[in-house]
Amino acid sequence: MLILHCPCCGIDADETELTPGGTAHLKREGPGSSDEAFERYLFLRENPRGVHFERWRHAHGCGKWFHAARCTMTLEVFGTYSAQTHAPPREILDRIAERRPQERREVA
Amino acid sequence: MQRYSAFAIAREALRHHTGWQRAWRSPEPKRRYDTIIIGAGGHGLATAYWLGKLYGIRDVAVIEKGWLGGGNTGRNTTIIRSNYLQDPSAAIYEKSRSLYETMSQDINYNVMFSPRGVLMLAQTEAEARGYRRTAHANALQGVETQFVSSWRVKQLCPIISLEGPRYPVLGALWQPRAGTARHDAVAWGYARACSDMGMDIIQKCEVTGIRSEGGQVTGVSTTRGEIECDRLGIVVAGHSGALADMAGFRLPIESVALQALVSEPIKPAMDVVVMANTVHGYMSQSDKGEMVIGGGADGYNNYTQRGSFHHIEETVRALVETFPMISRLKMLRQWGGIVDMTGDRSPIISKTPLGNCFINCGWGTGGFKAVPGSGWAMAELMAKGQSPLAEAFTLDRFREGRFIDESVAAGVAH
Ligand SMILES: Cc1cc2nc3c(=O)[nH]c(=O)nc-3n(C[C@H](O)[C@H](O)[C@H](O)COP(=O)(O)OP(=O)(O)OC[C@H]3O[C@@H](n4cnc5c(N)ncnc54)[C@H](O)[C@@H]3O)c2cc1C
Ligand SMILES: [Zn+2]
Repeated sequence: MLILHCPCCGIDADETELTPGGTAHLKREGPGSSDEAFERYLFLRENPRGVHFERWRHAHGCGKWFHAARCTMTLEVFGTYSAQTHAPPREILDRIAERRPQERREVA
Repeated sequence: MQRYSAFAIAREALRHHTGWQRAWRSPEPKRRYDTIIIGAGGHGLATAYWLGKLYGIRDVAVIEKGWLGGGNTGRNTTIIRSNYLQDPSAAIYEKSRSLYETMSQDINYNVMFSPRGVLMLAQTEAEARGYRRTAHANALQGVETQFVSSWRVKQLCPIISLEGPRYPVLGALWQPRAGTARHDAVAWGYARACSDMGMDIIQKCEVTGIRSEGGQVTGVSTTRGEIECDRLGIVVAGHSGALADMAGFRLPIESVALQALVSEPIKPAMDVVVMANTVHGYMSQSDKGEMVIGGGADGYNNYTQRGSFHHIEETVRALVETFPMISRLKMLRQWGGIVDMTGDRSPIISKTPLGNCFINCGWGTGGFKAVPGSGWAMAELMAKGQSPLAEAFTLDRFREGRFIDESVAAGVAH
């Protein structure tokens, strides 16, 4: 079972307590944006085989949103971090680079 | 090709089965082909089959990283139905269902198509209204379905409990010509027919790159060398994102795990397929007597071909409520497949930003039923540049907002 550390309330939560919220760090589009930009924001996904930055909600716990870096091939978790960021923090990126020197990383 | 028949079985029985030939060749890849299909699942093989059969394009290689049928084709719960809501879906799924009726004869391979009928239970008032609407839409589309009473449900499937504590059965959408087929046989039968037309099915060969020149595809890099081609079809279900990345574009697709399980074999207890979309579970009985069970897809991106245990628990809990007699049944096997989910729960059969590169994906949790029809449309698209059956399923519909919303019809994974 997937266990993620909730950075909001500090609990190690089982996946049954959590609701997945999809890809993190998407750039929100608004009035005036092109069709292409909306398509990118709403539908197009990197869907990587490898490290995925994603949103989770501690639904059956503190109720807060947070982010996680997780490998979709192995389910290895590289860490969780605050939802109030536009990009993964340095320490998470360093941890990934250390454990996965080959991995190509893009943050959409 | 050696023909299979009752006579052939008798003949071989008399000589201790020493005369059977290999069903398909396993050749070394050539340096170039007219057409390459990536992915030897049902959809890839059906595409190759119809390319050869209908358009005489036989200089074809189907390239598979594992073994043929080892992806979702060999992992699904084999429900075949065409009771969708939107016109483009009804057209392609009904074409496909009708092709299943004659598939065993077409390819001289017994795919055990069993049109035993599918019941989709209505367990809330909203669901009952929704299925009545689907039945009306299907009548206009020429798809035979009917909204039936709970009394009729009990008649068709006596082991069902109508008075479920949470969600009583109010009626059902009944498609009498829907059913099941043997999934491996579909892959094996098409592979044999393709090989017989001179096509090369190359297993254990992973595509690692897509090569192009001036915006046109020129070939693929594989673990068994470079192979050139004029036309490329990407038909890799859950791995579509990775292949699109190699071809230089992004897809409106996310890959998640979908699980299924089967019980120990028991005596015949139900001869229809029952789907319970509100409580998230469905069940049918295989010819071997095993109860074949599936439910909803897992929630997060996943390529591990394993799922989360609590989803299995949810599915089983729902089905025990619906079929109390299965509560003591032992489960034999559980597995997962990686399904390719689009935003509107409809597939993509389309040209791509790369010239002469086509893609067929996004069948998500419900593409086994579509194998022959999808291959038919994809082959036409690849051969002629357009296909009426595929017209609505283009990649640009997401940019243009032309969704084919089947989130209701595809509500539970099937
Ligand atoms: C548990 C489960 C239950 C299901 N139940 C039903 C059901 O009841 N009814 C229904 O209609 N549908 C059902 N489905 C959905 C159905 O199985 C799929 O939609 C369908 O099988 C997809 O077929 P395909 O040929 O597109 O993909 P696949 O069969 O997955 O074939 C794709 C192939 O591409 C290969 N490949 C991937 N990457 C590469 C590469 N780089 N190089 C070479 N080869 C590659 C893979 O190895 C694979 O063999 C279910 C799916 C699952 C997982
Ligand atoms: Zn929390």
